[in-house]
Amino acid sequence: MSALAPPVGGPARIQAAFDRARAEDRAALIIYLTACYPDADTSRACIEAAVEAGADVVEIGVPFSDPMMDGPVIQAANQHVLDAGYRVADHLALVRSLDHLDVPTLVMTYVTIADTRGYARFADELADAGSAGVILPDLPVPEADAWLAEARRRDLATVFLASSVSSDDRLDAIAAASTGWVYATGLLGVTGVKGVATDETRRLVERVRARTELPVAVGIGVKDRASAAEVASYADGVIVGSSVVRAAGEGDPAGAPDRVAALVRELRAGVAER
Amino acid sequence: MSATPQPTVPARADDREGYFGRFGGQYVPEALSGALAQLTTAWRDARADPAFAGELDALLRDYGGRPTPLYHARRLSERTGVEVWCKREDLAHTGSHKLNNVVGQALLARRMGKPRVIAETGAGQHGVATATAAALFGLDCTVYMGAEDVRRQRLNVVRMQLLGTEVVPVDSGTRTLKDAINEAMRDWVTNVDDTHYLIGSAMGPHPFPTIVRELQKVISVEARQQFAAQAGGQPDAVIACVGGGSNAIGSFADWIDVEGVRLIGVEAAGEGVGTGRSAATLTEGREAVLHGSRSVVLVDDDGQVQPAHSVSAGLDYPGVGPEHAWLASTGRGEYVSATDEEALEGFLHTCELEGIIPALEPAHAVGWLLHHGAAVLGEGARVVVTMSGRGDKDVDEVIEVAGWDLGVARAFDRAAGEGPA
Repeated sequence: MSALAPPVGGPARIQAAFDRARAEDRAALIIYLTACYPDADTSRACIEAAVEAGADVVEIGVPFSDPMMDGPVIQAANQHVLDAGYRVADHLALVRSLDHLDVPTLVMTYVTIADTRGYARFADELADAGSAGVILPDLPVPEADAWLAEARRRDLATVFLASSVSSDDRLDAIAAASTGWVYATGLLGVTGVKGVATDETRRLVERVRARTELPVAVGIGVKDRASAAEVASYADGVIVGSSVVRAAGEGDPAGAPDRVAALVRELRAGVAER
Repeated sequence: MSATPQPTVPARADDREGYFGRFGGQYVPEALSGALAQLTTAWRDARADPAFAGELDALLRDYGGRPTPLYHARRLSERTGVEVWCKREDLAHTGSHKLNNVVGQALLARRMGKPRVIAETGAGQHGVATATAAALFGLDCTVYMGAEDVRRQRLNVVRMQLLGTEVVPVDSGTRTLKDAINEAMRDWVTNVDDTHYLIGSAMGPHPFPTIVRELQKVISVEARQQFAAQAGGQPDAVIACVGGGSNAIGSFADWIDVEGVRLIGVEAAGEGVGTGRSAATLTEGREAVLHGSRSVVLVDDDGQVQPAHSVSAGLDYPGVGPEHAWLASTGRGEYVSATDEEALEGFLHTCELEGIIPALEPAHAVGWLLHHGAAVLGEGARVVVTMSGRGDKDVDEVIEVAGWDLGVARAFDRAAGEGPA
């Protein structure tokens, strides 16, 4: 449509990533890493290492001062990056520098970041940086009209979260509004603390599947090869964050990409075990 | 003049449920959608149930000590040049207005069958009130409190513990009220099935700002009748301190549609507006989303929430309830600020001129009156000031911050028999 639009839009690139995994008879592996953690160069190297080791999609977390959905690991990573003085512009530059990767990257952050920047500007900056879309966990569908208009304008995916306590009406709305995939939360709680609540999550995935053709990926509570394999047995995608962030941040930064790669290889083996 | 009060602003400009103009909403993780829907329904049902109002009123009267007095503070009036009437919320049980909200929400928690409540607290007043209601109703209770506030409000920590509540110090972020709210939200997301988050201010996602306003409205309903009976007519202004804004919205609520009554909220300016060490959100903030609603927030250009600063732990918050943002945007509410120094002055004058040791929060309202009351409102203007809480909790902090030597050590020396110097 517009000359500015990327040749292939965010939702289509994400769909292609899920299709590739499905063709290999496995779940897609989605890796979350906090932008510029522990520093910009190490962060870029970790993301490249994750992709090299088998990540199908990468979520790049833009730190926020008040991360309500995050547990201790990602909170500490956010605080570290903010204390180091990194700005949203630095994170967008990081996204842009990953444009050469052949997997889609999405930005995961809180609505306050997108809203303060202005939804239109944020959508433009993300699309121009080559991002495939966003995940904004505190922007539920009823509040999302203004953002969705901008996301559609720039063909960015908007992945909404679904919860085991979502009503049928809410799941209808989430399934209808999501693009890219639907993010089924694996537990009631914050990131990186507890394990997946298997029965509830299985049921949630079925309820979402009944409403949409979109892939359904499960995140929050998946931390290792075994839990990735378990989730891969019933979901189209497996999202892992806190344990990867921990691998990136613990120990010598020079060794971070190797630590991330080792963990991602394990997880990738897990999603193929299904 | 017409006997019927005329609205000075258009009737509530809510274009959507849960909004005050463009402020408010429900910016929360999906996991909380069910709990908020349940709370909305429980609140609607409770409002329609005369038994709920009956039980609430009886508890506030027999247990809480309502109605609280409206008191003509003559010496403070002389000093400020305006006629000061104090609404004595400091005389309510637990020592602040917080009990009004807490008893109502505890009744709601019981209606919803939730055996556990959690709360955030800054100065500790809301935490103490919640711990009190939890003891009264036999609920499990956990209160999140910034580690910095645990230090400066030690008395209230001990009170909560005595009441059987678990106090969890929060070490993340700025270690004050906003971080305590984050941690309470995380607990709620995790334990939403059996837990009610008993939010203490007129903030958070819908329906909290509305529930808290309606439960605190008793302040202005009483004050309006008392003022008419004791002073005659209506005041020229109603003045209250604003952190999240619960005592202020309760103090304003019954006057919002009354012409000729100015509604003045006093925020904490910390070391001064423009110093970067302030909590004057409506003066210095911008429109943003924080803690579940769209309001006005101290954020930088990136949307990162900036640390607030105030000598008062209860006002040390970088956000404000969405209805205050709306009242400010329409001009119906006027929002001013008082510095730490002005608040300490207000504190001392209230002690020495009226024999009332106020909390540092309402001391901001008194401090503003001392400096600006007569100039802004006119000599002799009649004002209702909400004395939102008592100051026992603040005495250590006041002495430390102000560096006052009150001669406590000398009094001990005299008691030990050394005699006056």
